[in-house]
Amino acid sequence: MYLNAILLALREIRRNLMRSFLTILGIVIGVAAVITMVTLGNGATRMVSEQISSLGSNLLILRPGQRMGPAAFGSAAFRVSDADAIRTQIWALRGVAPTVSRSAPLVAGNENWSSSVTGSTNEYFTIGNWQFASGRPFSDEEQQSGRAVCIIGETVRNKLFGRQNPVGAQIRVKNFSCPVVGLLVAKGQGAMGMDQDDMVLIPLKAAQRRLIGKPQDVTVILLSMRDGVDSSQVMTQIRRLMRERRKLAESEDDNFTIMDTRQIAETLSSTVGTMTTLLGAVAAVSLLVGGIGIMNIMLVSVTERTREIGIRLAIGALEHEVLLQFLIEAVALSMLGGILGIVLAFAACLVLSSVTQMPFDFDPGINLVSFFFSAAIGVLFGYMPARRAARLDPIEALRHE
Amino acid sequence: MSGKNDALLEFRDVVKTYGQGQTAFQALCGVDLRIAPGEFLAVMGPSGSGKSTAMNILGCLDAPTSGAYLFQGVHVERLDRNQRALLRRHYLGFVFQGFNLLSRTSAQENVELPLLYRGEPAAQRHAAARQALARVGLSGWETHTSAELSGGQQQRVAIARAIVTQPLVLLADEPTGNLDSTRSHEIMELLVRLNREQGITVLMVTHEADMSAYAQRIVHFVDGMVESDAAQPERETQ
Ligand SMILES: Nc1ncnc2c1ncn2[C@@H]1O[C@H](COP(=O)(O)OP(=O)(O)OP(=O)(O)O)[C@@H](O)[C@H]1O
Ligand SMILES: [Mg+2]
Repeated sequence: MYLNAILLALREIRRNLMRSFLTILGIVIGVAAVITMVTLGNGATRMVSEQISSLGSNLLILRPGQRMGPAAFGSAAFRVSDADAIRTQIWALRGVAPTVSRSAPLVAGNENWSSSVTGSTNEYFTIGNWQFASGRPFSDEEQQSGRAVCIIGETVRNKLFGRQNPVGAQIRVKNFSCPVVGLLVAKGQGAMGMDQDDMVLIPLKAAQRRLIGKPQDVTVILLSMRDGVDSSQVMTQIRRLMRERRKLAESEDDNFTIMDTRQIAETLSSTVGTMTTLLGAVAAVSLLVGGIGIMNIMLVSVTERTREIGIRLAIGALEHEVLLQFLIEAVALSMLGGILGIVLAFAACLVLSSVTQMPFDFDPGINLVSFFFSAAIGVLFGYMPARRAARLDPIEALRHE
Repeated sequence: MSGKNDALLEFRDVVKTYGQGQTAFQALCGVDLRIAPGEFLAVMGPSGSGKSTAMNILGCLDAPTSGAYLFQGVHVERLDRNQRALLRRHYLGFVFQGFNLLSRTSAQENVELPLLYRGEPAAQRHAAARQALARVGLSGWETHTSAELSGGQQQRVAIARAIVTQPLVLLADEPTGNLDSTRSHEIMELLVRLNREQGITVLMVTHEADMSAYAQRIVHFVDGMVESDAAQPERETQ
């Protein structure tokens, strides 16, 4: 009997290819949309949180100027002594890296490239979680004398040296030449989409003298906090210290800004999370619309199907046999639609995540939920009209116009 | 003409009322009818006299409002939907006035349908359906769908579907209603053959005296009542 019902259901699907196709289409699109949106959203969230951890933990950034205003302009730069004061007076900090940077042309052999050249100390590497792929950090001698040596990021290596090991080679930075002593492990895209590996690092003193021409200026100070300290408390301490050192009166606003990267990151990832929820909701609406489409198709075909049911009953089919056939038909169509939707979503996610360079997080939960939701809609709306029809007397069902 | 106990089908004071209250309409007003096994019976009467209503009840497709309908001594009006469906499945073949074939379905599959519900194995289904189609002269038309068949061919597919199960009783509601006279006579010949060779009891509604001439007995309905019920001499078929 089950075999018969399955046979009948499959025949019916094949016979009404157009109707079956339309029914499936609604489910496919709904399921694919929900899964794609949620999967991509999850990928975006994970990408953001990975970038956060690549930024370095407990990182504070101190820069001159007001938060929203044009960064360095108008406000005086920091001095090396400011960095020293912070280092000695605020115990909750683990590392302090004063930096200056400027974009400069780079030449090596026949290749040239323009990149951001940053002068800083070896603490820069520990604060920023940088690892060495080859070579070494600056030596004490290089840091104190301000010798021109450089450590480069992966992108710069790629542009100037291709796949070759750059350690020992010479790069011309602006108007001075310096040997490469180290190569950093690639970090990839930063949280704002910029390439973190497109950079050259030289000792702070070398940058101040040869690149900026102001031997005491420091533009940005990177600070890393010890584990478990309260960042807002540390920020207050730094603020008080800097106001004092920059001789700001009580009434004056800060002419520097302290940013907590973790806070930025958290804001960013919660924004992405909200976006994901929103996209998911939009997709859920499309699933619902798909469901209504299915309902319509099923209801429209009720006239024809009522007569069909009447014929089957008149010929000697039992009510539950007819219903079983319709149920199997609805289940088969819905499942097929759901599976096709998942396959489509999988393909879409693969393509989109490779285009946007986001990680592809397969989420079995959303796959299951949308699959069963669509299956439920299909079964409900495929089955309910049939049930109403199968309860009619065969004569009434046959008379149905 | 038949004894008290050998009636195959029996109506006892059958009443069928459509609708309720003010709009209620009595389509059958106390019909008594006894049909013996192996009979070929024609039902005649003016339009609206209750012929189809009576046939639907005889075919266990509908239940009487009051009175009794006995099928081999079993009170059909006391059976539930499923039991009536099983009666239809195992003992009855019904040819509808409007054919009622499944659309977009081949002749073969249409004819196989009753066997499918009987749970017959595929090989037997195919063979029986092919044979039934051959009996109505439709060999070679098995794969054609209803839409690809003429009215007469559809009519014959409907007859093939009704006889494929070798039913005890064949009920045909105006089986020649929209056919030309040659086709009509062909179908009558077939019904007579089924009646004589296989002992199938045949009940047929018709408006045409030509057709009723093939029957052994003619029942006349008028206004929901049996007006006359008479046997007629056997007629020789060509
Ligand atoms: N479902 C129904 N609801 C209400 N009235 C009905 C219904 N079916 C039949 N009738 C009425 O019952 C009466 C008998 O109908 P029936 O179909 O039995 O006539 P008939 O003898 O078969 O006529 P015809 O020769 O035109 O087919 C008709 O007056 C018809 O209007
Ligand atoms: Mg009629």
